[in-house]
Amino acid sequence: MALNFRGPDAVPLTLQINGEAHQVLVEPRRTLLSVLREELGLTGTKRGCGQGQCGACTVILDGETAYACLTLAIECEGREIVTIEGIAQGDALHPVQAAFIQHDGYQCGFCTPGQVVSAVALLAHTPQPSEAEIRAGMAGNICRCGAYPAIIRSVRAAAETMAEQEG
Amino acid sequence: MTIHRFAHADAASLQEVVAALDETCLPLGGGTDLVAMMKAGLMAPERLVNLKTLPDHHGVRPGDGGWRIGALMTLADLAADPAVAEAPALASLVEAVLDSASPQLRTMATLGGNLLQRPRCWYFRNPEVPCWRKGGRRCFAFRGENKYHTLLGGGPCYAPHPSDPAVALLALGAAVRLSGPAGDRTLALDDFYVTPTRDAQRADGYHPVTVLAPDEVLVEVLIPGSAANARSAYVKLMERGVWDFALVSVAVNLALSDAGQVAAARVALGGVAAVPWRATEAEEALLGGSLTPEAIDRAAEAVVAGTRPLEHNAYKVDQLKAALRQALRRWTAD
Ligand SMILES: Cc1cc2nc3c(=O)[nH]c(=O)nc-3n(C[C@H](O)[C@H](O)[C@H](O)COP(=O)(O)OP(=O)(O)OC[C@H]3O[C@@H](n4cnc5c(N)ncnc54)[C@H](O)[C@@H]3O)c2cc1C
Ligand code: FES
Ligand code: FES
Repeated sequence: MALNFRGPDAVPLTLQINGEAHQVLVEPRRTLLSVLREELGLTGTKRGCGQGQCGACTVILDGETAYACLTLAIECEGREIVTIEGIAQGDALHPVQAAFIQHDGYQCGFCTPGQVVSAVALLAHTPQPSEAEIRAGMAGNICRCGAYPAIIRSVRAAAETMAEQEG
Repeated sequence: MTIHRFAHADAASLQEVVAALDETCLPLGGGTDLVAMMKAGLMAPERLVNLKTLPDHHGVRPGDGGWRIGALMTLADLAADPAVAEAPALASLVEAVLDSASPQLRTMATLGGNLLQRPRCWYFRNPEVPCWRKGGRRCFAFRGENKYHTLLGGGPCYAPHPSDPAVALLALGAAVRLSGPAGDRTLALDDFYVTPTRDAQRADGYHPVTVLAPDEVLVEVLIPGSAANARSAYVKLMERGVWDFALVSVAVNLALSDAGQVAAARVALGGVAAVPWRATEAEEALLGGSLTPEAIDRAAEAVVAGTRPLEHNAYKVDQLKAALRQALRRWTAD
């Protein structure tokens, strides 16, 4: 069987984002970040560096965090994509979002969608993380404002809220 | 930062991949390096073949008393695999992997891509700068801003190899299995990595530091059984606490006799040469003795043998000594 090359012209893709199927027509060179923001209007996922150096573009792919800026959209077919827009349940904020508000887990807020997405994924894998586990799990998200102590407090508080809701 | 246009295919079998690969058709692992290089306009393949859809080489298997690690494993899966995480002999590899990049990058990046990543030198990564390594006339780091550059191996390029896992694997005595149209070949990492030369050059101008041919795929990393009886450690010094490339790193793999004598030693260095570097003088200094403070002093002197600092990186000489001491002291605490 020979390789089935698609492109360089636009190809139709079906992307499963926040539980919904989206059809787009894009060239293979497009990153998931550019498709989310420019084709689908999902601008909650931020473009910081575009080079895998800041974490502002963090999304969840099949349960694991990834940088949308270095992910080709064409390689996301058949994968479960969760963006910051898919974290709240309707109008009900996710406990991580509520904790970031309550504990001032940000200053300018630019890095916050990425921070929240990383924290949600971290707590899904490790519901009761130690301080070291929080630091390691959040290590791929830079905050230029340096809100780190408040970010760690927010994640810890969210873990506690989620444990109470479970129990 | 718009990427040039290219076609893309998901690979289903290795045969069809190696039949398609050439200078204009490149394999894609996690894309964490290749996509960034394309965004900078520094690589412009016409076609990309996604290796991640291949059915094999995504796991760890036992082999010859050692381990066979699939090159398509992500760094995150590698560090979490019980066969690796629970093997004391592979402690250095796990440390090197978990010290690499960030959680997000580790879930994306493959081991094969990590061993084949291109340099992080700021001249090399700057599309405006026609440096020697990418086909230009000279290495601007040699007389320029060379704080992060090499101490060993000389020119023509002074950019260090950025991989942490490669350094740990070199000290473990690992080999790589390459698959091409004419079949497979297995090479020790000592022979897989070569310092860049004028003669070895890709069509786009790039001087590689491996002997991988354009139509070959790195499919497996083989860690020999001899490593299984030894102990290993990886020490990486960085400017930031996490998510940073090594200023210097040291990987040590030692077999100790019951009497505490060093029966076998391999020492590899990162951040200081264009390729992961074997520190044979340090190995010789350690061999046959026990890990006394004097022996550690001798090894620390030996590890910097032959270093030739550039204008702004002499600090790395002291760092190398400190990193080796730190690694060896893991075994002298009791
Ligand atoms: C901000 C940042 C920080 C980083 N920090 C570190 C660090 O601290 N330590 C570290 O070690 N690395 C670090 N990295 C580098 C990262 O680990 C590599 O980019 C990654 O491992 C490359 O793997 P990949 O699968 O994404 O490779 P790709 O980008 O897919 O490929 C890289 C190259 O290898 C080729 N290739 C890929 N797989 C194969 C194969 N199986 N056979 C043949 N050719 C192949 C591709 O054609 C391409 O030329 C960092 C990267 C970034 C962006
Ligand atoms: S925008 Fe993706 S990591 Fe910075
Ligand atoms: S809140 Fe401003 S960058 Fe993090």
